Amino acid sequence: MTDEPAKSEPPSEAVAEPGKAAPEAGAADIPLLRIDAVVKQFGGFRAVDRVSLDIGAGEFFALLGPSGCGKTTLLRMLAGFETPDEGRILLDGWDIAALLPHERPVNMMFQNYALFPHLSVRDNIAFGLKRAGMPASGIATRVAEMIALVKLEGLEQRKPDQLSGGQKQRVALARALARRPRILLLDEPLAALDKKLRESTQAELMALQRRLGTTFIVVTHDQDEAMTMADRIGVMDSGRLEQVAKPRELYEAPASRWIAGFVGDINLFEGQIEPRESSRLAMAPRLTITTRDAGTVYVAEPRHPVTRTNVSVAIRPEKIKLSRHGPVPNEENAQAINRLEGVVTDVGYLGGFTTYKVKLDSGAVLRSSMANTARIDVDAYSRSQRVVAWFTPDDCLVLEQ
Amino acid sequence: MNQTKRLSRFNITSLVLGLAFLYLPIVILVIYSFNASRLVTVWGGWSLRWYADFFNDRAMLDAAWMSLRVAAVSATLATGLGTLAAVALSRGERFRGRTLFSGMLYAPLVMPEVITGLSLLLLFVALNAERGFWTVTIAHTTLTMCFVTVVVQSRLGKLDRSLEEAAMDLGCDPLRAFASATLPLILPSIVAGWMLAFTLSLDDVVIASFTTGPGSATLPIRIYSEVRLGVKPQINAICTLVLALITVVIVAASLATKLTSTRGESAAPL
Repeated sequence: MTDEPAKSEPPSEAVAEPGKAAPEAGAADIPLLRIDAVVKQFGGFRAVDRVSLDIGAGEFFALLGPSGCGKTTLLRMLAGFETPDEGRILLDGWDIAALLPHERPVNMMFQNYALFPHLSVRDNIAFGLKRAGMPASGIATRVAEMIALVKLEGLEQRKPDQLSGGQKQRVALARALARRPRILLLDEPLAALDKKLRESTQAELMALQRRLGTTFIVVTHDQDEAMTMADRIGVMDSGRLEQVAKPRELYEAPASRWIAGFVGDINLFEGQIEPRESSRLAMAPRLTITTRDAGTVYVAEPRHPVTRTNVSVAIRPEKIKLSRHGPVPNEENAQAINRLEGVVTDVGYLGGFTTYKVKLDSGAVLRSSMANTARIDVDAYSRSQRVVAWFTPDDCLVLEQ
Repeated sequence: MNQTKRLSRFNITSLVLGLAFLYLPIVILVIYSFNASRLVTVWGGWSLRWYADFFNDRAMLDAAWMSLRVAAVSATLATGLGTLAAVALSRGERFRGRTLFSGMLYAPLVMPEVITGLSLLLLFVALNAERGFWTVTIAHTTLTMCFVTVVVQSRLGKLDRSLEEAAMDLGCDPLRAFASATLPLILPSIVAGWMLAFTLSLDDVVIASFTTGPGSATLPIRIYSEVRLGVKPQINAICTLVLALITVVIVAASLATKLTSTRGESAAPL
């Protein structure tokens, strides 16, 4: 590996000039990439529906969503394989929406890698540099640098079909990075790798991105992958960008029921906010919500005011603790702890943690997961055991949509 | 795998009979081309006299030369047009009338040659075109183009589209992307298409006899008219030569395809 971080070098001639459109006025604080109300239709179907998004320089951004949500179409518009029907795509303030792929300082790593089968590893990596008219000595240096970067030394002469899946992935990465793009687009970069390899490759991709300082935009349907790697995640559904947030915020403060259910597991209870009583006790502000399935739930007051009365209470499974008796309710903690009683119907032992399904007395099913912190677990519950599930108001979320 | 079932008596017999039915006439033709006797059916010892005869027969040589030129030119034209059609059908946008276009393209595959020949004859007469080398060449191009399209299109269909996109992403305009990413991979099928067109043109009698003019007979027409007056041993020699040429072409084509594919796609041991 070369020790010199590549980002300290001047931008190379391999990078194409952006388009001829004039940059926006007041270009003091423009983001590296601005996607502005972009729409793409296929026939009557809106694959991408008015998506607006800013991505900063050096960011590792993930577009997350189920298949068919439009994330790949959005990525292909950034690469230039599709042209938006409406809206603008600004790179450094220049509109690149109408430029052809080869005119953009953006490179893409394809899902199936799309390595040229008739070219060796070296020629695959050198392909884009030759096209850029780089001199032969420059190409040789850059290819050697890229091969060292992705640790493919000794395989330069191999053809793609003589490589393993992981090696192909590295060649594809090296080829896409060789031109020193402003933005690297990665379409499901790890989907074709097995689980162990995927985890180690995730770490390598992150380290590589930090070293190079290149902006990475990765498209994935795997929420773990997005959560692990990305600085920020944009969740897409049916062509719309539903939420853009840091991984933690996305998990702990999802913007809608759909996102709450898509990113991780969640318990949702429909209910109505009760009119606020004058607080009898000096406590943190909280809402009282009457739910159909879980009785009265006390919820910490959300940061932004709730405008509707019909809401959902959402609690992540790991926030729900099970015990035989639960904390003893008294005057002081009556509104500080939510207690639900039920019977364990399902136990799933997953090694690091165990998931439980608890059938509440109301008939609703509650999911709880608890870390197996001790080797001999006295807090393990078995099926048909009666338990108390409890959680605090701070563990609950109020979702309006 | 090594324990292949021993062939039963019935299997051996049917295999021998089948192969004999297919290849015995050809073998006999080849053997009799070396016959010294003037009579086709009587064996008179080994000789090369009929080959010498052929190479001294000005008219036959002219016909052979004509056939080779027609085959080469029409195969080249058909390969160019057929490849373009294959690319348009498998890569192009879904243009209006695409189904009609592909149907029309494949029609010559099943069209009786008599009809193709007759309609082309009528066209050339209507255009008042002088019939000869170019009319036969054009007719053969229309006949063989669809075969090239079929061969090339099947290869294109198996090819990953993202290869071309990757080339564009790495700095190629669409044309260059096709030339540098797709063309090297479909080249074997283009070569195979050319060979197919070449051999099809070389042995065509029907269309050629409709579209050719006086003094520009192709070899099959020449042979056919000779045979009507009785089979001469010289014909055997010519047919053996044509057979040899076609064998060489086919072996070369399959070797070329094999070489390219081991170089390019098939899994080689690590």
